[in-house]
Amino acid sequence: MREITYRQALNEALAEELERDPNVFLMGEEVAEYQGAYKVSHGLLQRFGPRRIIDTPISENGFAGLGVGAAMVGLRPIIEFMTFSFSLVAFDQVVNNAPNMYTMSGGQFNIPITFRGPNGPAHQLGATHSHATENFYASVPGLKVCTPATPRDAKGLLKTAVRDDNPVLVLEAELLYSSKGMVEPPDEELLIPLGKAEVKREGSDVSIICYSQTVPLALKVAAQLEEEDISAEILDLRSIKPLDEKAIFDSVAKTHRVVIVEQDHPFCGVGAEVCYRIQKNVFDALDAPVIRVSQEDVPMPYNERLEHAVLPNAEKLLAAVKQVCYA
Amino acid sequence: MQPVEQRDEVEMLSLMLLIRRFEERASQQYQAQKIGGFCHLYIGQEAVVTGAVAAVRDDDYIITAYRDHAHALARGTTADACMAELFGKETGCSRGLGGSMHFFDKKNHMYGGHAIVAAHIPLAVGLAFAIKYRGEDRVTLCFFGDGAINQGAFHEALNLAALYKLPIVFICENNLFAMGTSVKRSTSLGQIVDRAEGYDIPGEIVDGMNFREVRDKVSEIVDSIRKEPHPAFVEMRTYRYRGHSMSDPASYRTKQELEKYRLDDPITRLRAQLTREGKLTNEQFDLLDKKAKEMVLAAVKFAEGSPQPPLDTLYDYTYANGVMESGRPRPEEPAQQQRQGAPAPNPN
Repeated sequence: MREITYRQALNEALAEELERDPNVFLMGEEVAEYQGAYKVSHGLLQRFGPRRIIDTPISENGFAGLGVGAAMVGLRPIIEFMTFSFSLVAFDQVVNNAPNMYTMSGGQFNIPITFRGPNGPAHQLGATHSHATENFYASVPGLKVCTPATPRDAKGLLKTAVRDDNPVLVLEAELLYSSKGMVEPPDEELLIPLGKAEVKREGSDVSIICYSQTVPLALKVAAQLEEEDISAEILDLRSIKPLDEKAIFDSVAKTHRVVIVEQDHPFCGVGAEVCYRIQKNVFDALDAPVIRVSQEDVPMPYNERLEHAVLPNAEKLLAAVKQVCYA
Repeated sequence: MQPVEQRDEVEMLSLMLLIRRFEERASQQYQAQKIGGFCHLYIGQEAVVTGAVAAVRDDDYIITAYRDHAHALARGTTADACMAELFGKETGCSRGLGGSMHFFDKKNHMYGGHAIVAAHIPLAVGLAFAIKYRGEDRVTLCFFGDGAINQGAFHEALNLAALYKLPIVFICENNLFAMGTSVKRSTSLGQIVDRAEGYDIPGEIVDGMNFREVRDKVSEIVDSIRKEPHPAFVEMRTYRYRGHSMSDPASYRTKQELEKYRLDDPITRLRAQLTREGKLTNEQFDLLDKKAKEMVLAAVKFAEGSPQPPLDTLYDYTYANGVMESGRPRPEEPAQQQRQGAPAPNPN
């Protein structure tokens, strides 16, 4: 194992998959000559050439659709959105074409495509650039959605996504690109299956269910809670769809108390689905109502203090944990 | 692969007859409530798809919008599979899961049947991208209506195709109406073909009621694309005799206008050309027509006799290579959650 950044981990995943399969290509705005808006594709143009690392005009609908068409005849496109906030311009391709094709064609055309890019609120980008899109996309049958929080998960999930025969969205965490973590050496194949959550920290008093940018937040809060003698288990969903119900139920069976901390909005958010499944399946294991911590139900303000108030943050999460623990 | 200019014109005439008789029968079956949803008929436009398909190889790609029955038939999808799809049967070309607007036939390189206006044009560019990526000499034919040219997807797709120099023919089937809105009320340009110029794509206007003109022009374009990949644009001037869909009486146009186009009927025209040249007798024509009618009647019988897609396959066509667990009803889920008549969960 060695320590690399989240950005490097994604870069390695791309390079390894491009190397492995000639049907894989990377397309998006500024992915080639500019070396990636967030430098995730750094060096790939030099290594794989312009046939496979392809710059596009600012036409998300157009190039997302191009990817879906190319996937119909067996190529494996990786389509980068500069941010998933911009994927909304391509919503029709991501929601109406990519996941419907397999059904509409009676199983004749599956779409092995990966849509990837940063997702979720970053820092003071205002309402249009701060979308957390996971709950929009996870509600669409035919799509798979994963949300890696660590360099290791980013690499392993992206590689798995590229090999999947269905449309997969890899929602990267904009604020975590420079974060570091331990990852297997490049000569060791790292594939992390979709639909497998991971306990990032063992605990016995409360389960904090989180994903993407809320994972480091939950870990930070867990350390604070330890000082107050509350042992928090941190369960990172890693994939939103498929959802690892077993890991969720196992953790609830152990701690009997749950807080879900999500980066999307509260109404019809990821936590609502997780919460439904918990009460439906392991109601008797609960010692307290499940609480969700999410964004506030408002468009993201630019002002830094207000933005902090909108986001799930440490204060809110601490308060929620204490509430479910009756502490 | 058969070079298609040599495809027999009499054979292509019988294909046009098959399309027409199929659509007439579909209309009747729709009125008899054997067919659900929306149903858009191609009657009047037969020369466009027949001529274009006659100009390409069987392994070239074709993709179209929702008025798609003819495109599947022209590509070799059987009338049986097409009618069964309209009936929602398992033997349909999309297993009864697509319906009138979503015909697919992978074997015959027919890539759909797409019902969001212009949303398939980027897909077509993707098909052409794959051709160039693999260094093949295929060509993509992308059909769409005059209504599609005012969607953003159309413009993005044309720009991408021109930028990457992709082997694709954009075929605009200009039947003068986007649903009930005439081109004059929807499009700022005097003629649609001028849209292509904005993207540095060569464009042509073709008489879409004339099979030979369509075939020869598309053939010429496709030959040049095979030599050096590039996009091209053709505005086919055509006309649909029926309304936009089955529910549309087409009161936005006059009887006189319709009659004018009927006199220019593509089938009558090719028939007259062939008769004049001594390649077809009246008796032969009648026989072709009779055969088309019989084939379509047999297709109705086939569709009627075909099974419905089994309820326990409901979750089989959402994800390729294995069903995904989350989303799928769990076997132990209590029965009261099911509405009356709702599909049963797959027990696997």
